[in-house]
Amino acid sequence: MKTDELINLLSTGLEPVDKPARIRHASAGLVLGLGAAALLMAVALGIQPDLAYKLQLPQFWLREAFCTAVGLAALLCVWRLAHPGTHLGFAPAAVLAPVALMWLAAAYVLQGATPEHRAELLMGHTARVCSLLIALVSTPVFAAVIWAMRRYAPTRLRLAGTAAGLASGGVGALVYTLHCPELAPPFLAVWYVLGMLIPTACGALFGPRLLRW
Amino acid sequence: MQSNEEHLRGLLLRGLAGDAVAYRAFLQDLTAHLRAFLRKRLTRLPDEVEDLVQESLLAVHNQRHTYDPSQPLTAWVVALARYKLIDLLRRRSRQDVLNDPLDEDNEQLLAVDGEAAEAQRDLAKLLETLPERQRTPIVCVKLEGLSVAETAQRTGMSESAVKVGIHRGLKALAARIRSGA
Repeated sequence: MKTDELINLLSTGLEPVDKPARIRHASAGLVLGLGAAALLMAVALGIQPDLAYKLQLPQFWLREAFCTAVGLAALLCVWRLAHPGTHLGFAPAAVLAPVALMWLAAAYVLQGATPEHRAELLMGHTARVCSLLIALVSTPVFAAVIWAMRRYAPTRLRLAGTAAGLASGGVGALVYTLHCPELAPPFLAVWYVLGMLIPTACGALFGPRLLRW
Repeated sequence: MQSNEEHLRGLLLRGLAGDAVAYRAFLQDLTAHLRAFLRKRLTRLPDEVEDLVQESLLAVHNQRHTYDPSQPLTAWVVALARYKLIDLLRRRSRQDVLNDPLDEDNEQLLAVDGEAAEAQRDLAKLLETLPERQRTPIVCVKLEGLSVAETAQRTGMSESAVKVGIHRGLKALAARIRSGA
């Protein structure tokens, strides 16, 4: 087939592109991933019994804001990386900002605490499982983000996979907060961040294979 | 170049809205730029240039929904063409054929090359390998120029099945090229 014939083929019977429909479709997949993560958390781990009380604490909402900020900023990276030739702009800084703020908060809390209290602030009661459980809850979100991204055209696959992993880590951590009793900034600064980094590493590792088109 | 970018961008935007004439003009103008861009980067594989031009055109078409109108068109096209170029080089695992670094951020589609060589790969033959439900809509709508409604009537498929068949067929065509057909 000559190139002119291909051009004829591609332009004949052209349909208009319905971008909003594509965005709705991709978003529906993400919502499905979020729902699956919530279901997984509720069934496998269970919602914490004193959630109604926790909802009244400002620390609870700080934790929600932290996870949401990381997840949304990473999703912005995902969106930009899914569109060829688009610069990331401030998006990576927006990912790092909530993490940096959480580290600052952790440092502030730790330096104001008595030495015997510091270990508890850092380790809580669930330090051994927290990061792994966040990674587990993130799994359906990870699948959904990769699926949505494959409907677009990422060209920097490793970076795109990394952003997809981080986005699923942030959203997964947000879902996990409904189970998790820990609210201390030092705990979040270490174990939540580590939990988000597990799917991020998976994304960086498998992105090139999962996102190729 | 500024006016060229604006010109091409205007044609593409009309094409995205469904204007087939503008879209054809866009692809025709773009082809010359793509050919020059790729020929410069494939000096040691001149026989591959026209195949890669066609592959890039198919990528531009299949991914046209990923063009963000607030971004420069050139950056979008270059990102797609470079992706296909790297993909080809990886497939051949012949990294030594590069004569230009691929990571320059400011590459422009400045030059024009109107001289089409013969493509080695025959897309028409590849088209024949597609399953019926994809091939028939492409042949009717894209090659014979029937409308979606006429195609649906003639084949007994639903209109949405015709559209989906075209869409998936062109994606499958790109995938078949990639897998080394």
